Amino acid sequence: MTSHAITGDSRPALDRRFRLQWEAAQKAHVLLYPEGMIKLNSSAGEILKRCDGQATIADITANLEQAFATTGLSNDVIAFIAMAVDKKWVAVLS
Amino acid sequence: MNTLADPAQRPPPPGPPLWLLLELTYRCPLHCAFCYNPTDFARSGPELGTEDWLRVLREARELGAVQLGLSGGEPLARDDLEIIVAEAHRLGFYSNLITSGVGLNETRIAAFKAAGLDHIQLSFQDSSRQMNDFLSSTRTFDLKSKVAALIKQYDYPMVLNVVLHRLNIDHVEEILNMADKLGADYVELANTQYYGWAWHNREQLMPSRAQVERAEAVTNRFRERVGRPMQIYFVVPDYFERRPKPCMNGLGSVFLTVTPDGTALPCHAARMLPGFEFPTVREKSMAHIWLESDAFTHFRGDAWMKEPCRSCPEKTRDFGGCRCQAYLLTGDAANADPVCELSPYHDLVTEAVALADRPSVRDAEKPLVFRSPANSATLIP
Repeated sequence: MTSHAITGDSRPALDRRFRLQWEAAQKAHVLLYPEGMIKLNSSAGEILKRCDGQATIADITANLEQAFATTGLSNDVIAFIAMAVDKKWVAVLS
Repeated sequence: MNTLADPAQRPPPPGPPLWLLLELTYRCPLHCAFCYNPTDFARSGPELGTEDWLRVLREARELGAVQLGLSGGEPLARDDLEIIVAEAHRLGFYSNLITSGVGLNETRIAAFKAAGLDHIQLSFQDSSRQMNDFLSSTRTFDLKSKVAALIKQYDYPMVLNVVLHRLNIDHVEEILNMADKLGADYVELANTQYYGWAWHNREQLMPSRAQVERAEAVTNRFRERVGRPMQIYFVVPDYFERRPKPCMNGLGSVFLTVTPDGTALPCHAARMLPGFEFPTVREKSMAHIWLESDAFTHFRGDAWMKEPCRSCPEKTRDFGGCRCQAYLLTGDAANADPVCELSPYHDLVTEAVALADRPSVRDAEKPLVFRSPANSATLIP
């Protein structure tokens, strides 16, 4: 599987060049990297903090659906991970 | 200067000072002629002590500061740097050590790693020993190469910074090849900004337009052929632009510098701006400095602007450019940055660029003045 073939079984992990943390002053998760910062919207932050290289995208989706009492997030999560891979924020293990 | 009297005209409260730059010391083993530090640093007061810096970190973090630059001078000249890094890490800062590499040995880098330092930015002055050592007026090239290897060994992202100017900009290809060989992840080719020592040496440092265009073309070609991930930033010198840079995202917007003696500045060059009493962290809290002091509130919003900025639709994008450059070139910090072609003073910029087009400045009457305490003492007005 190439890194771009993203499925429910893929295990996304935050790239080691980035640090993800919650910033109370900005009321947002941010990605920190050498001399830079990306402020994340709330769904991006919630997905990324679950990208630990262990959980599959299916696990992450189920966990989010439970946490936010909703369903049908699968396509959104996959689309976000694809974008995050493209930006090199995360790498996908399989 | 007074803050705006009418509360209705006051700009909304600022966001956090996301970027905190601590200039821990003016001591530096290098003597770079393009340094942005003030030329009169020799009259700076005593450096803050360890406890002062730790308090600055705690108070700034409470305000929401998150990116931390540890710079100078050469920050490694402080033997309490490990303590400062450890506290920054504990508080949740992302810490960037901005260094010449001089003083970075394996003992110290291991201690920084253990203390939680996130990133090291290493400066080179050129790609060859001869030019690096001439431009920094030191013998440091071999040492920097060893430090680059240590940075890789300790699994840090390797960020190389090379300040470009007339005397090294023709070596961009060699510089990029060197960066590739050293395993750099990021390379910043930062054209000289003309403040401090660089302002004093502007005539000698300003490249010709042809040099800048050649260097940019070489960089673009290199980007296409480099065989591994290497992010290259080519920062165009603003004198060659038609619009000014959005300097500091507007003064007092995201950036806060503390100088070695504890003076708080809304940008690292701002001490030159007349009419302000810049607050010191020895007497004022970071909250007061950021939220209340005239030095930080004065240039927020756009009430300070003059024409052509005031009615310009681009003022929300570039904030009128750089206040320090406006002051240096026109004598009034509230003028438009003369880099903007809409500025009535734009000729001052085009004339400086035209002057750089002459064949050689090696014969210029003014010698290159290297940054040193002795030269600084002679430049105190």
